[in-house]
Amino acid sequence: MKKTILAILMVLPTLAMASGGAHLDKVDYDLHNKESLQSGARLFVNYCLSCHSAAYQRYNRMAEDIGLTEAQVTSNLMFASEKVGETMTIAMKTEDAKVYFGTAVPDLSVVARARGADWLYTYLRTFHTDDSRPFGVNNTTFKDVGMPHVLWELEGMKKLVNADEMQEHPGTAPKFEVISEGKMSAAEYDNAMRDLTAFMVYMGEPAKLVRYELGIYVLLFLVLLFLVAYPMKKEFWKDIH
Amino acid sequence: MEMVMNMLKALMGWVDARFPATKLWEEHLSKYYAPKNFNFWYFFGSLALLVLVIQVVTGIFLTMHYKPDANLAFASVEYIMRDVNWGWLIRYMHSTGASAFFIVVYLHMFRGLMYGSFKKPRELIWLFGMFIFLALMAEAFMGYLLPWGQMSYWGAQVIVNLFGAIPFVGEELSIWIRGDYVISDATLNRFFAFHVAAVPMVIIGLVVAHIIALHEVGSNNPDGVEIKKNKGSDGIPLDGIPFHPYYTVKDIVGVIVFMMFFAAIMFFGPEMGGYFLEHANFVPANPLKTPEHIAPVWYFTPFYTMLRAVPDPFLGVVAMGGGVVILAFLPWLDNNPIKSIRYRSLLHKINLFFFVAVFFYIGYLGVKAPEPVLSELGLRFSEVYFVFFYVLWFHSKARDAKFSFMSLIGWMALFSLNDFARHVEGSGELIMMGWFIPGIYLAVMFLAPLYTNLNAEKAVPERVTG
Repeated sequence: MKKTILAILMVLPTLAMASGGAHLDKVDYDLHNKESLQSGARLFVNYCLSCHSAAYQRYNRMAEDIGLTEAQVTSNLMFASEKVGETMTIAMKTEDAKVYFGTAVPDLSVVARARGADWLYTYLRTFHTDDSRPFGVNNTTFKDVGMPHVLWELEGMKKLVNADEMQEHPGTAPKFEVISEGKMSAAEYDNAMRDLTAFMVYMGEPAKLVRYELGIYVLLFLVLLFLVAYPMKKEFWKDIH
Repeated sequence: MEMVMNMLKALMGWVDARFPATKLWEEHLSKYYAPKNFNFWYFFGSLALLVLVIQVVTGIFLTMHYKPDANLAFASVEYIMRDVNWGWLIRYMHSTGASAFFIVVYLHMFRGLMYGSFKKPRELIWLFGMFIFLALMAEAFMGYLLPWGQMSYWGAQVIVNLFGAIPFVGEELSIWIRGDYVISDATLNRFFAFHVAAVPMVIIGLVVAHIIALHEVGSNNPDGVEIKKNKGSDGIPLDGIPFHPYYTVKDIVGVIVFMMFFAAIMFFGPEMGGYFLEHANFVPANPLKTPEHIAPVWYFTPFYTMLRAVPDPFLGVVAMGGGVVILAFLPWLDNNPIKSIRYRSLLHKINLFFFVAVFFYIGYLGVKAPEPVLSELGLRFSEVYFVFFYVLWFHSKARDAKFSFMSLIGWMALFSLNDFARHVEGSGELIMMGWFIPGIYLAVMFLAPLYTNLNAEKAVPERVTG
């Protein structure tokens, strides 16, 4: 047991250092922009939601939050036989996923809270060709990830040109060279990934859409309460000081 | 109208003949005489009580929806966050409340340290408070397992493994605590039972004892003057005012200001940048995958640094536990008859604020990965943390030159001995640099009274000021 503790304590520093490093691009998303959220939702159900589940996210809750009707969601964003009140589950079994991808495919409901928006945005834009990998692609943000470049038809394919530099100076931004064009230009793809990131941030915490505004009302109420309570205290204490 | 009043009076009389309602009200509120000079620091006792109520009430609502089952726990928390009406608000109140509890309690303890509130005749109040602090740590630790995220799981794994470092019984003990060889469903279920039933009951009982003891001896104040020594002809302390209404209306203002900070965190940044809710805890617990960096929640980090400062696991556990337990001995360590920092020496003030800075700093080190330089600093400032309590005792009265130098040499010899023991090839320079941290601290604290008048104390007034 002592050895276990020692091992944990000694491994910690190296692990912690490994976590730093990777360069992240900043994403500038807007949760109040319903169109952006809708576009993100469309990308999510089309490209992510067949391997990845979002088992805590209900379709009808999504409809309400991103400004769609349930009918719109049912006819445009649902492809299997689920009902609109259900959550975004998938048919693929975990055991099967382990065979297909070498690993269980994580649920994406709260991934934005675990990874952060910048990480997602960067990750979705740093796939590049790598012949040594089973699907022929790798990712500079998540090295040797089991996921193929699902969005290749939108982005096209690119190759990493500064691998050596990145190895020497961890934290260097990756540089890419386009090999084949996709349906979108680079700028369009960045915007699409911003929308997808925004949607996943929303999905990580739907309360985010309401809590800021509610917070302002609560603070205003407390200010009002203070304006009553403080003079009351003054009045009571007049004869003490 | 008069008839109604008479009926109410009769009803109260009926109750009082059977239960001391009026007596309790008067003893603890309307005729409990508190010093009139309470300052900012005296808000935190009532605020701690407020946070306790917040935690109990929100906790009850959370248990209505939470499932203490390794397969369901993580999902049930997300269910609360999404599908339960206002569930997210209740959960954020509870998670923010956990950190707020420690902030308020740490400030409350610091108040006691500043104004000597633990000194005779208030030793038992302090001891009850220390037991509350211990129970609170247990409560927070076990509550943190319940969301069943990666940090919940691995944090609990590391902490429960610590018990394994205890000689002879350690291994068996940690299995007994977990109910399994690793943290598992069995552990989750028992931690749930402790978190929602056993420990809260202990805390509430201790809080009652804390307040009864306080009201028996009466409150201290920023001047450290006993107000009961100056009573009027009616037997009421001249510097005392009834707690109700004076301090109830004052505490209401404190509560409102506190709630503003609380609401700001809860609504605008409940994660507090990963310090109140750690990012890795949004990944479900996975016994097969150790997270990259296991860091305890911020309120445990000073003690975590003490643990890491000692390479031997068992001694590390002793250091961590000792860091908490040593606080309980304050009433018998700080024997200086002057209670309040206002009338203590400048040297004492420097000592106290340096101690606070050290506590913050080792707390900061506790969340950082232990690189060599940071580890060395962690050890050195942990040494300062512990030796602070000796310095407090040392400053209790005037010491002669011989005793002062003996103290300095004795402590530094002890630290140097440890340095020789842990010295390895190439670490010499770092150890020598670090040596000066406790060295300079102790030299100033022990020798300044001999050569400067930094140790000059002021006369304590007869009556409270302000």
